[in-house]
Amino acid sequence: MKKIFLIALCVMSLGSALANEAAPLADDPVTEQRLISISEEMRCLVCQNESLAGSRSDLANDLRREIRILIKEGKSDDQIRNFMVERYGDFVLYRPPVKPVTWLLWMGPFIILAIGIAGLLMYLRRRNSSIPNTILTDLDNQKIDALLNSGNQKEG
Amino acid sequence: MKAKFLIPLLLFIGLVVFLAIGLNRDPHEVPSPLINKAAPAFEASQLAEASKTFSPASMKGQVWILNVWASWCVACREEHPVLVELAKSQVAPVIGLDYKDKREDALAMLSRQGNPYALSVFDGNGRVGIDYGVYGVPETYIIDKAGVIRFKQIGPLTMDLLNQKIYPLLTELKKS
Repeated sequence: MKKIFLIALCVMSLGSALANEAAPLADDPVTEQRLISISEEMRCLVCQNESLAGSRSDLANDLRREIRILIKEGKSDDQIRNFMVERYGDFVLYRPPVKPVTWLLWMGPFIILAIGIAGLLMYLRRRNSSIPNTILTDLDNQKIDALLNSGNQKEG
Repeated sequence: MKAKFLIPLLLFIGLVVFLAIGLNRDPHEVPSPLINKAAPAFEASQLAEASKTFSPASMKGQVWILNVWASWCVACREEHPVLVELAKSQVAPVIGLDYKDKREDALAMLSRQGNPYALSVFDGNGRVGIDYGVYGVPETYIIDKAGVIRFKQIGPLTMDLLNQKIYPLLTELKKS
């Protein structure tokens, strides 16, 4: 029952979203361009797999309206990003900022790479040293030559 | 020698633990950056009497609860009896924020289901909600005497949450 209701709700909201989609684009192409470039870098909190630019959720609509107002007020991109982060946290940004909490996130892959390289080097070094270095005497060399020669003769 | 064969197993177990933690966390619960920050100021008209306004500044000196709700919100109906219970306890006043709603719908719902709110603020265009970082109704904020947000619940309140978290926190905040 719940499912049917949800599907119905989705279908209905889709209709209304299509109906009023084009309205705000009309006024100012420069503002719209900036709005898109800012909101493409932000996550919609309602549908978390969508960017704020692409989401049709009601909240995304409101937030785009809010960003549009901020642009018209002459705010810089950084100020607008701060406006969003103050309210929803770093989670709204698709590119998390570099700061102590996110160090592990940014550095983690490189740390793991370094550990991997160090492990590989250690393994290779240990394998090298585990094979005994034998020093060949003249007698050994003669034996080797004899073996190689006998092989060649059979093939020939 | 034997310990070496356990390394992949241990790595696998580690991976499973991380995945299990990740799966059991609700991705919709984004920690609010507003915790331990001053509750954003606003002045908005009240739901019942549009001519009167409400501002959080008027609550300075007391611990209070801000509950974001709407008549269109299904989870709010689930939450409603819990709010009634909370209001009945009279531990702290509950102020409603009627988010992106129509006045007549909201008032009809309150008269039908009972009104747990000391008063409700009307936020028809959702502007106040944006300042509070509202993204999923219902949401509940606990604000201390100094006007600082101390707790935020995303999603409906439950009786368990009231008893285990909210009441203890409210009594603690009232003491300080």
